Amino acid sequence: MTVPWALVDGWTVTRRDLMHWLREPAPVIIGLLFPVLMVLMFGFLFGGAMAIPGTADYTEFLLPGMFAMTMAFGMEATMIAVSTDAQRGVTDRFRSMPMSPSAVVVGRCGADLLNSVAGLVVIIGCGLLMGWRAHGSVGATLGAVGLLLLLRFALLWVGIFLGLVVRNPEAVGAVQILVWPVTFLSSTFVAPATMPGWLGTIAEWNPLSSTAAAARELFGNPGWGGDSWIAEHAVLMAVVWPLVLVAIFFPLSVRRYQRLSR
Amino acid sequence: MKPTIVTEGLRKRFGTKIALDGLDLTVDAGTVLGVLGPNGAGKTTAVRILTTLLRPDAGHAEVAGFDVVRQPDRVRAGIGLVGQNAAVDEALSARQNLELFGRLYHLSTAAARARAGELLDRFDLADTGGKAVKRFSGGMRRRLDLAASLILSPKVLFLDEPTTGLDPRGRTEVWAAVRGLVAAGTTVLLTTQYLDEADQLADRIAVVDTGKVIAEGTPEALKSDLGGDRLDVVLHDAAALPGAAEVVATVTGARPETDADARRVSAPVRDRVAALTDAVRALHDARIGVEDIGLRRPTLDEVFLHLTGHLTGHGADEEVPA
Ligand SMILES: Nc1ncnc2c1ncn2[C@@H]1O[C@H](COP(=O)(O)OP(=O)(O)O)[C@@H](O)[C@H]1O
Ligand SMILES: [Mg+2]
Repeated sequence: MTVPWALVDGWTVTRRDLMHWLREPAPVIIGLLFPVLMVLMFGFLFGGAMAIPGTADYTEFLLPGMFAMTMAFGMEATMIAVSTDAQRGVTDRFRSMPMSPSAVVVGRCGADLLNSVAGLVVIIGCGLLMGWRAHGSVGATLGAVGLLLLLRFALLWVGIFLGLVVRNPEAVGAVQILVWPVTFLSSTFVAPATMPGWLGTIAEWNPLSSTAAAARELFGNPGWGGDSWIAEHAVLMAVVWPLVLVAIFFPLSVRRYQRLSR
Repeated sequence: MKPTIVTEGLRKRFGTKIALDGLDLTVDAGTVLGVLGPNGAGKTTAVRILTTLLRPDAGHAEVAGFDVVRQPDRVRAGIGLVGQNAAVDEALSARQNLELFGRLYHLSTAAARARAGELLDRFDLADTGGKAVKRFSGGMRRRLDLAASLILSPKVLFLDEPTTGLDPRGRTEVWAAVRGLVAAGTTVLLTTQYLDEADQLADRIAVVDTGKVIAEGTPEALKSDLGGDRLDVVLHDAAALPGAAEVVATVTGARPETDADARRVSAPVRDRVAALTDAVRALHDARIGVEDIGLRRPTLDEVFLHLTGHLTGHGADEEVPA
């Protein structure tokens, strides 16, 4: 059986990103170390001031949130890569070539998921050094990692869509800035219960919160003890939210990609 | 023989903006068509439709016998595109770029490597080694872009403003590369805002304005369409321009153009020699100091002004290639 061209070409496009990492390691390394910096900042700098109901160990609470945040920041990288290629005309060159049309996206997907796995390894390593531990079974631990990557996969499509919509570099910068409040307005760093009522509710319903809470649950780390429906169904919602995002942004991205030719 | 590129009544609208308004073009095999027009004339839109990147709203287009809307895969297999921006990977080296695109053209690893080597030699990029494309000059980048679109030796090549933004040296490099391809029999459609570029490279020129062809022919024929030769008078002193313009108007019976920077008055003439001798005598009688006087064929800039009633996209203040 021959491998479909979509995969062969997709792998070629993925390899292009891997070559970028080798040739220009600085941005990749900064991307990998940035979450580490955040962990150190929140763990040591603000950690003393952070109180999570029901637990004295902020690090155990913080790390799963940081894992989810690392996945969310990956979305920016996707967006920047997609919009840069579109602006430079590289996307047009691919589209004018007799290669598999889906390879551009398949390749992007491969490269970004590889990058995310690397990012997750680094931040988990950092957590282990700081004394964070997974207390659950091997299955539950792998499940948590799977849910984190599922979130990244869903955000990949958000990133591709935004990268195709947002063409100029200033707008890309603006979207990047918006990612911040969205990641902070969640249970990644603090308990939503400590926020004003309506803000807390938004934070609880943030997809990032569900993944962070599910990871805490599966790793056997302390949660923040919310008793709302969404807080009590974290694992379910950590599956549902990404699927909802994919259901929305996959067709939007495909349509947007096709609309390049309208 | 059937033309290699044909468009009939191509229309394309973006919202309320009409980009193409019934564009008709034909390019015979092995020839170069220069599509000449100012910014916003619809050149890029036409190229994007012909290279299957964009669908027309109406009309019909064929490249190498294949319909661009119904048989895009067949079209893509036979064309090369050099878009308005050099569409190469900035972080990679020239060789890595060519090998990458070679693989995406479904060459084997070995064949992609061999082809990259050939093209690097041919476009004088072999000594760039591992240098990233972002450190290339504009001309080198364009040549790499051109090389990348020639991996499969396409029979038809589209060049969208290949020298816009290049310095004179880069422009000369790209022109030489294009001439080489044409000599090897490639059919080329090239768009440009530079009249001299069309004059230099094209067998035929289609002048495009607001989405349609307003004149078409060989560079020579377009020039004579304007009504033959022009009389040029260059003065010693720019202050004498109005007086000289009056004299030239009387002699030629046409409204002359004046160019203060060049201290020049010029007007179309019918009777060549009579106009020249009359002008010399009349200027002498009016005691206007003349540095140079002569007859010449009109420039394409004048062709454009004549056809559209407005000047082309680049004004006198912008850089115009020598
Ligand atoms: N994607 C687009 N959306 C909206 N307007 C467009 C788009 N592409 C081109 N146009 C408009 O169509 C006209 C023709 O553009 P273009 O083909 O790029 O001209 P040229 O290449 O000759 O400068 C211009 O007025 C331009 O603003
Ligand atoms: Mg253009």
